[in-house]
Amino acid sequence: MRRGLSILLLIVVALGISLSLGEIPFGRPKTKVGRYYIDEGMKETGAVNIVTSVVVNYRGFDTLGEVTVLFIAAIGLGAVLTGGGEKKRKAEPASLVLYTGCRLLFPLILIFGAYVFVHGHLTPGGGFQGGAIIASGFLLIYLGCRERRISPVASSLAESLGGLVFVVIGLLGIVLGGYFLSNFLPKGTPNALVSAGVIPIIYIAVGFKVGSELASIIDNLIEES
Amino acid sequence: MSFLNDYIYYIGAFGLIFVGLYIILVKRNLIKVIIGLGILDTGVNLFLISVGYITEGTAPIFSRPGIDAERMVDPVPQALVLTAIVIGVAVLALALSLAIRLYQHYGTLNLRRIREQKW
Repeated sequence: MRRGLSILLLIVVALGISLSLGEIPFGRPKTKVGRYYIDEGMKETGAVNIVTSVVVNYRGFDTLGEVTVLFIAAIGLGAVLTGGGEKKRKAEPASLVLYTGCRLLFPLILIFGAYVFVHGHLTPGGGFQGGAIIASGFLLIYLGCRERRISPVASSLAESLGGLVFVVIGLLGIVLGGYFLSNFLPKGTPNALVSAGVIPIIYIAVGFKVGSELASIIDNLIEES
Repeated sequence: MSFLNDYIYYIGAFGLIFVGLYIILVKRNLIKVIIGLGILDTGVNLFLISVGYITEGTAPIFSRPGIDAERMVDPVPQALVLTAIVIGVAVLALALSLAIRLYQHYGTLNLRRIREQKW
């Protein structure tokens, strides 16, 4: 009964969507906004990677909101999970091969993540991707070396500092550039590591914030299991 | 087969969205509902990316001089999806943590049985 109704509903929705989607051509340029960003983005922001200039510069306020959503999700997860009683479970120690392998790989993953978010304005990458890579390094440590834990103080410090740097740069933009998150630093030459004004600074802050938030999510979930 | 050629990404994306919606509507196990939510999330991201795609397009990065700006794909959906993926992971984790709490409280993940019980 319920299954039949659901399928019927989905078929009706699919018909409606296919009628409207047939009007959207695939594989052709559609928006003028995207064309404008590609044509003018490098001149206006100094970032070679146009996606980065859209994320951090043109839609920087939106990105601040998205980072806040991530923050609230991490806080909510911590609040939901730590409400219960304290449980201490003895974790089985990992074998020597696994333990050594994780210890060896962990710094390399951290360096790779840092590389990805430092070069966010030059190569495909940025704060969100680099943060996710760093969090995957912490996940490896949690799975391989069970008894090691990240310190909650360092994690929340990195998280708060990341958010604080983002907001302070935005407010400095009001003072120096006239509007929130304006790019007040010199643009530099394209394709250089120190270029594009505030974009690398903001992306490094976002990388720290995303990395520590995802790591604390992993920490909470593993603590619970 | 030009229809399939033109619309295969839309069909795939909405296929994922409908699979996710079907799971959410029909399944009664909370973990399966959350898995359906994840599949739906993937479908939406794939749809946004395929809307911005240009045939034989390149990434919107001026990595070397003289790169053809006309063939670059639309950067706006990519920027949206970039953040949506990370947020999707965090929201999925939040939903799973709520499922853990529900299981500890009711002793079951079956939504119908949870609805029958009193607080």
